Amino acid sequence: MSATFEPEVVAFCCRHCAYAAADLAGSARQAYPTAVKVIELPCTGRIDIINLLHAFENGADGVLIAGCLEGKCHYLKGNLHAKQRVRHVQKLMDDIGLEHERARMINISAAMGVQFAQLAGEHVETVRKLGPSPLRPKPRSGEAA
Amino acid sequence: MIVAEQKNLQEIRRMLQGRKKVLALGCGTCVTVCLAGGRQETAALASSLRMASRIDGEPLAVDESIVQRQCEWEYVDSLAQQLEEYDAVLSLGCGVGVQTLAERFPNKRIFPALNTKFMGMPTSHGVWEERCIGCGNCILDKTGGVCPVSRCAKQLFNGPCGGSEDGHCEVSKGTSCAWHNIWQRAEALGMVDALMEITPPKDWSTSRDGGPRRIVRDDLRLPGEDTEGKA
Amino acid sequence: MSAPAEALPASAPRLKSGSNLERVLAAGQFAVTAELGPPRSWDAESIRRKITLLKGYCDAANVTDNQTAVVRMSSIATALLMQPEGLEPIIQMTCRDRNRIAMQSDLLGAAAHGIRNLLCLSGDHQSFGDHPGAKNVHDIDSIQMLAMVRAMRDEGKLQSGSEIKGGGPPLYIGAAASPFAHPTSMRPYRLRKKVLAGADFIQTQLVYDVAAFREYMKKVVDLGAAEQTRILAGVGPLKSPGMARHLRDNVPGVTVPDALVKRMEAAARGIDESDKEGRRNAWAAEGQKICVELIQQLREVPGVAGVHIMAIEWEQAVRPIVEAAGLLPRPVVDGA
Repeated sequence: MSATFEPEVVAFCCRHCAYAAADLAGSARQAYPTAVKVIELPCTGRIDIINLLHAFENGADGVLIAGCLEGKCHYLKGNLHAKQRVRHVQKLMDDIGLEHERARMINISAAMGVQFAQLAGEHVETVRKLGPSPLRPKPRSGEAA
Repeated sequence: MIVAEQKNLQEIRRMLQGRKKVLALGCGTCVTVCLAGGRQETAALASSLRMASRIDGEPLAVDESIVQRQCEWEYVDSLAQQLEEYDAVLSLGCGVGVQTLAERFPNKRIFPALNTKFMGMPTSHGVWEERCIGCGNCILDKTGGVCPVSRCAKQLFNGPCGGSEDGHCEVSKGTSCAWHNIWQRAEALGMVDALMEITPPKDWSTSRDGGPRRIVRDDLRLPGEDTEGKA
Repeated sequence: MSAPAEALPASAPRLKSGSNLERVLAAGQFAVTAELGPPRSWDAESIRRKITLLKGYCDAANVTDNQTAVVRMSSIATALLMQPEGLEPIIQMTCRDRNRIAMQSDLLGAAAHGIRNLLCLSGDHQSFGDHPGAKNVHDIDSIQMLAMVRAMRDEGKLQSGSEIKGGGPPLYIGAAASPFAHPTSMRPYRLRKKVLAGADFIQTQLVYDVAAFREYMKKVVDLGAAEQTRILAGVGPLKSPGMARHLRDNVPGVTVPDALVKRMEAAARGIDESDKEGRRNAWAAEGQKICVELIQQLREVPGVAGVHIMAIEWEQAVRPIVEAAGLLPRPVVDGA
């Protein structure tokens, strides 16, 4: 495994909580890896299984789904639906041959900037240990992975 | 509606072994409504197959498409040219759709991605239950709208049996006892006397037991028209 | 040692089959039936062993039909082994494994071999048994079967309407009743329906709660169902407190009063935990004692014409129970 492997993690964040927390982390200078690419959604309930599958198919090493705390979803149950879908995708990943730990759901509030940074960092580490996704586009010879 | 669910990925992959380029074809009617073979499910299955085959080192090209209904010639006919570039079609239609495709494209392998289960309804989001088995001779007027042919595990006509407990069937606590329900309906609708009558044995020849069935509607056909089913 | 033969009273109804069970009931005697479970093999010897445990202690013995949907020697074949040994069979036939064609065919054959008693049942669902993937037949249900067999016998016609050459088979037709199954309010009506369909005799599911059974029988009598049939109350000796609890909690239609469960628990009190045989014997003795008491109480319930003893895999218990209940010797009744 190349020492220069930098995981690419796509983070689907809900506008009201997770995205706000990510923002807060930024303004409070709580660093989280640049590997994390944040995508803002109105609610994690907007995520369909296909969004997560396509992320992996297009080479993401990991996927983070960040929503409001359970019971506090701004759309009431969106984060609960997201939780079920993430579980389902993890089962599909087992069938596909991808480590299901690459997908993770977290729940935080808008005030939890520190936790966002910490959890995002944790997930990047998990993914780093798992190594590059077998679906990463193959590097041309001579290039680092 | 017709209710189906996807086969598991390993089974589908085994069916597709040896293929290089496959079209995953969804259907916009029943299987869309029961969330088994619509546009999104087709996309998810196609993506899963592409990823799994890439990981195994033998990438399978899987394209996605959908038609309004796979069980009608007019929708299926429109696929003729499109199918030429594929080794096989993975149909996410129900058993009727798969067979329609197979009959229209006899030189193309058509694989079923779904297991067609029953005619039923969503009793709550994400839960579908069987309601009708198409016995060909509806007796719902006699049973207060609850079918013992499809919903009684023993297809009793003079039920319930001794295994009925707390309103559920001896087969499973999750299965309602149809005759318990019929009895309740009869009480609510003032039809209890009717249940005292002995229902005679059913003529099963109108059901699947009589052989594959067919309906011909003379009011819809012109005299002399061929009934061989050519588009 | 058997009783002297008695003749049927002049007021007795004309016999339909001439079977021993029918004659005993027609004579107004309190009938006793037992159960013989066929083996999961083709071992005829095991059946002979069971016959010796039951012969002379009952008027006829039920032969179960792939009970709990587990494959066993067929009811009719087992019955044929019982007949030469002098134990009268009541063949059981479920709706689960046979369509109407097979049923009628088997019954014509059974009658040709001299079998005269039949119990019509729906049958346990095959998911309980050893072949859960089998196709379940259920072409007709038990009530339709009763009507079909009655028409065979009384009208000499098959279900299709065609004539049976030489007339129909002389069968004494029975059905099961489950007084405490749900919905309980409709069970007396279901019994009545079975009687109207053609049930000459009824065997009920196990009864442990005589008071509740008495309530049920009152309704049955009020509906006029008891006079057109002969009802045998089901009893079964408890083998252990575990069995009592299992019957109470897991078997649909069986209620076991707490008092009886407590009696079973108390029976082994004072016997050391390690003395397994001693505990078993104590429980068995109490279980049989309770059974005898139940029989004696059930005899007093209006409308009860006999008992059906279900000593499951414990045929040895039948004789002591029948004896202690004062029901030996079994009556011998001449045919009409």
